[in-house]
Amino acid sequence: MSGGSVILRALGPSVSVQDMGRPGRMAQGISRGGAVDPLALVEAAALLGSRKPLPALEMAVSGGRFEVTAPTRIALTGAPMQAELDGRPLRWSASHKMEPGEVLSIGAARAGTFGYLTFAGGIETPEVLGSRSAHLAAGIGSALESGARLPLGVDPEPDAPALVLTQDDRFSGGTLRIIPGPQTGLFDEATYERLTTTEFTRARQGNRQGVALESDAPALTSDKAKGLASDVIFEGDIQMTGAGTPYVLLAECQTIGGYPRIGTVLPCDLPRVAQAAPGTKLRFKAVTLDEADALAPRWEAQLQAQRAKLRPLIRDPHDIHDLLGYQLISGVTAGRELEEENG
Amino acid sequence: MMLEEALRPGTAQAHRPQILPAGGNGLLVRFALVAEPRAIAAAQSFHQRVTESDLPGLREVVPSLVSVLLRFDPEAVTRAEMAQRLETLLSEADWQSAAPHPAQRVWHLPVAFGGDHGPDLEEAAKLAGLSPQAAIDEITATPLSVLAIGFAPGQPYLGLLPEHWNLARRSELNPRVPKGALCVAVRQLVLFANASPTGWHQIARTAFDVFRPDQSDPVPLHAGDEVRLAPVSGTEMDALLKADDPMGGARCEVRS
Repeated sequence: MSGGSVILRALGPSVSVQDMGRPGRMAQGISRGGAVDPLALVEAAALLGSRKPLPALEMAVSGGRFEVTAPTRIALTGAPMQAELDGRPLRWSASHKMEPGEVLSIGAARAGTFGYLTFAGGIETPEVLGSRSAHLAAGIGSALESGARLPLGVDPEPDAPALVLTQDDRFSGGTLRIIPGPQTGLFDEATYERLTTTEFTRARQGNRQGVALESDAPALTSDKAKGLASDVIFEGDIQMTGAGTPYVLLAECQTIGGYPRIGTVLPCDLPRVAQAAPGTKLRFKAVTLDEADALAPRWEAQLQAQRAKLRPLIRDPHDIHDLLGYQLISGVTAGRELEEENG
Repeated sequence: MMLEEALRPGTAQAHRPQILPAGGNGLLVRFALVAEPRAIAAAQSFHQRVTESDLPGLREVVPSLVSVLLRFDPEAVTRAEMAQRLETLLSEADWQSAAPHPAQRVWHLPVAFGGDHGPDLEEAAKLAGLSPQAAIDEITATPLSVLAIGFAPGQPYLGLLPEHWNLARRSELNPRVPKGALCVAVRQLVLFANASPTGWHQIARTAFDVFRPDQSDPVPLHAGDEVRLAPVSGTEMDALLKADDPMGGARCEVRS
């Protein structure tokens, strides 16, 4: 039995299939890749009742128009974006039912950068090296083009009720917890101190490989960085360019680099970096290694935590365009559903 | 805690093996800050030792030029326990004088130097104080070791060339070298996996494909393999490139 396919119409500039990536291949020169905000895939799995994260469409800044050829539930997670199904506004961070012939329109992000569209049966494009993720920097797969069709798996529970989830806010910048890394000792104490007392702004330069940060503070440089042997680099590393501008590496970063790294952002705070839109304020806060290790839950534990936050989706009358056509029971409700939904 | 102590700003050690935290679930063992031959040999020997050691809780080992990254399973072992186990391994030998086992595999790669295939050969040779032909002779006579795979998938760092090849990167970035470009800087050669901008000098080209995502062994070269470069003419390279065979005329000799 086939789950049909999704037809991609009028896509935004950077939409690609992303799953949890290809961990464990650094020795082959391949960084994890996968979703830059893996929490969004975990949220989608909770909303769709999946035991594990599913491959999704990762949409940078804006989405596109989508149709399916078989009924399926979908989940909308990550950066909240304008979304409508056949002109009806759809709640973000929620699951919905989608029928063939309906048009799902996903517009611009209202906050954050990367939104995710997940189908309950998963996207069944071929795996490469154990993952369906496009790794643009490594030349594995590519961004999707308008007009393409992707095969979908069968929704295992098409009649499951629509659900909603209060998102962990990671779309408006804030504090990034860091630990020292192998090259922290190359920087003097004053420079390190400045890293943790400066307010940074997410610069315009940024993609799935990493984002640059700006500030008014003097450059964060090390005079011991010259002639440094190239070394392994990974997601979360705060790499200092020659000009002393911090660059936080993300899922699709290279695996070896020559610039020194002043520290590493904890994996649990990386979605906050990936999602920061240009202009967003970010700060660094040093934590101990023990604190960091205690904050490193696997996705299984994260999924458990997200499941506990699920609530049934009750449609907001404001979102129902033909409200007058509905038979409202004397116009009286307890009103509590809306509070819960908005709470 | 030992790990935190080693990491206070301003405390980087140049010549003592150090165990350093490296991100979530990671530790790095580093033998030096610069790519000097003894530290490279130490990192290669230690990489071999760790790979054979079957350390409980060890999930991933990534060798680099003068360091080895170790990723552990936090459900099986704590960072401090893993650091302790590495400390014990490190205390077993004097790594700075350890010689890695001879490579099991020797790759013979056809390369075309100079001309369109190596536009920076003359400049690089001059910087090394050699004629272009002497540069080719010296590079092809040097047994090269795969020091690390990385930056891009499958992309090898090969070394070490003699000291006079300690060339700085070009001041102006070469906007694009082709896939298969063989480039030199800082006593090393890099064989590019994909077309890429680089500050390294392109001296030659090969038709050998270092990354083959559709194959079961997508990365044919492994850290520690020996590489020998076999010069061919520009016309021969054109034919090899045209043949579109991922081996590009290369052969792998396995030592018994």
